[in-house]
Amino acid sequence: MRYNGGMKQEMGAMETVEIPSAATLHEWHARMLRIRHFEMAIERLFAEGRIGGTAHPAIGQEAAAVGMAAALRKGDLVTSTHRGHGHFLALGADPGRMMAEFFGRADGYGGGRAGSQLMADPALGFLGANGITAGSLPLATGVALAFRMQNEPKAIVTIFGDGASSQGVLHESLNLAALWKLPVIFLCENNGYGMSTPTSQAVAGTGLVARAATYGMTTFQADGNDIVAVWQTLKAALAHARAEGPAFVELRTYRLSGHSKGDPRVYRSREEEAEAWKHDPIAMLEDKLDLTEEARRTAREAAEAEIAAAIAFAEASPLPDPANAASGVLA
Amino acid sequence: MRNETYTTLIRETLADALRRDPRVFLLGEDIGTYGGAFGVTRGLIDEFGPERIRDTPISEAAIVGMAIGAALSGLRPVVEIMFMDFLTLALDQLINQASKLRYVHRGQQTAPFVLRTPTGGGRGYGATHSQCFESLLLTIPGIQIACPATAADASGLLQTALTGENPVIFCEHKLLYPRRFAVPDALPQPLPFGRARIARRGDDLTIVAWSHAVLLAEQAAAQLEGEEISVEVIDLRTLAPLDMETVCQSVARTGRVLIVEEGPLTGGVAGEIGFRIQEQVAGQLTAPMRRLAAPDAPVPAARTLETAMLPSVASVTAAALELATL
Repeated sequence: MRYNGGMKQEMGAMETVEIPSAATLHEWHARMLRIRHFEMAIERLFAEGRIGGTAHPAIGQEAAAVGMAAALRKGDLVTSTHRGHGHFLALGADPGRMMAEFFGRADGYGGGRAGSQLMADPALGFLGANGITAGSLPLATGVALAFRMQNEPKAIVTIFGDGASSQGVLHESLNLAALWKLPVIFLCENNGYGMSTPTSQAVAGTGLVARAATYGMTTFQADGNDIVAVWQTLKAALAHARAEGPAFVELRTYRLSGHSKGDPRVYRSREEEAEAWKHDPIAMLEDKLDLTEEARRTAREAAEAEIAAAIAFAEASPLPDPANAASGVLA
Repeated sequence: MRNETYTTLIRETLADALRRDPRVFLLGEDIGTYGGAFGVTRGLIDEFGPERIRDTPISEAAIVGMAIGAALSGLRPVVEIMFMDFLTLALDQLINQASKLRYVHRGQQTAPFVLRTPTGGGRGYGATHSQCFESLLLTIPGIQIACPATAADASGLLQTALTGENPVIFCEHKLLYPRRFAVPDALPQPLPFGRARIARRGDDLTIVAWSHAVLLAEQAAAQLEGEEISVEVIDLRTLAPLDMETVCQSVARTGRVLIVEEGPLTGGVAGEIGFRIQEQVAGQLTAPMRRLAAPDAPVPAARTLETAMLPSVASVTAAALELATL
């Protein structure tokens, strides 16, 4: 983690860098595996024609999601992107209810209305993924304004990708959050691509954090595949947000999967992907924990079993009543 | 009773809500010390301070997005978008966010906020400061649209919007702001959405209108009285929900209907209303339905051109006369 660029260089939060316990790391490992196997199952179910619509898996970005979620306090909130399954699972979503949403079943988080991109559960602190790139940023800024106006010591993390960093509304939101010193973390998961377009072809200037620093915002950068670094960075950023105002965090990661199901990935080489797999965040954590092959396999199998149960739950869930397809639009 | 302007009634209603409900706050460009481009919020910052009368940068998408976020956190934001034309900059937040929340989250997340915006032409402001986007907004399920034509209705509908549970676009026609109306000394009663007002009773034909066009219709009706044509004027008050019951009852009785719209003809609200009349009371029509709207062109700046293009008392009178004598 390093600090740069921002108007304020508050290092206080860094004086007590916490080191997660081994038990915590094991828990994070299990949660990352849950995301990985959920996303793999989604890709497989699409390929088999068992689910329809669209989905944007986050294979390779599990550490960013789980590390972020672990840094939150009760009452903090999160908004996410089209690539949001991992964030939701990291916050404790039930894989069965998520899977039921993919199968268009009544037990899904949206009862079949939300699909992959709009699932939410405010009780878990998850206000929702978003189908519009950068669409949730001003909404999160407004939630932060409400926290401030209601004197609530909470913060909101609004997640977006490098692709969203060129949307006008991102800059409107950064400006307003900085002006009004709102408790919001702008969390950019820079996975190198906006769909097929490399960040280098989409982002002018010296980088993403430099854009936020222009607004006088304190910025953080970390290796998004190193879960401990993610967690420590988010803890510091959240402390800053609660005490001082907004922070911008860039987590550098890599989308090991395609943009969405069925992406032939013609815009990058298999060699590049093979190189990226060497920085697989799950393997990195397993190495840190010095897990044996057997321990890794056992953990993997546990995640697979959990996802198999989620699929079984989804398939057994009833279909929503079509008579209500257009109800509940207005109060 | 007293004679008071449309502007004053909206301001009094906002002030009343700000006093009553600590969740209410205002958000918009130049609404504080300046008092808003049309002076609607003038003075409110003195009583309620800059925390609740929030001047924002020129960032319409973020303003509307923040209102959604604040609303789903339990506050009651009232946004001012300086001209309806600028709403285009916030359409993602309106269409893809605000209008979808309640439905996709099955009521677990809702965004009850009010977006006030000045609409329409007649002031020579030109193509990008004079538009009526009601027809565009009508295509978005999940929001409500109020278009009050009088000061009392502006207050009554705004009170309802401020205590309701839906996102509301509150259309305030620029030509109505300085107009004086007879209003009660205290604030008028809240008005339910979806209940049209019979602005004038008549037997020979029905004119359906909303917002400023209601005044045109009333003046046209007064002129036609001299021709011994009795015109009923229906003020829709809200477009979403749309009170077709009142419209159809009137049309069934008069057999003739003229729908007046300030926005462009094609894809307009008038077409929608006309089709519903056709679906519900076609058998009672004694003449083909008529609509009067602006041509499919931008609103020009020069007064002579603008006047030629927008519905006027003269053009409404002429259209009604023609319809009545068919």
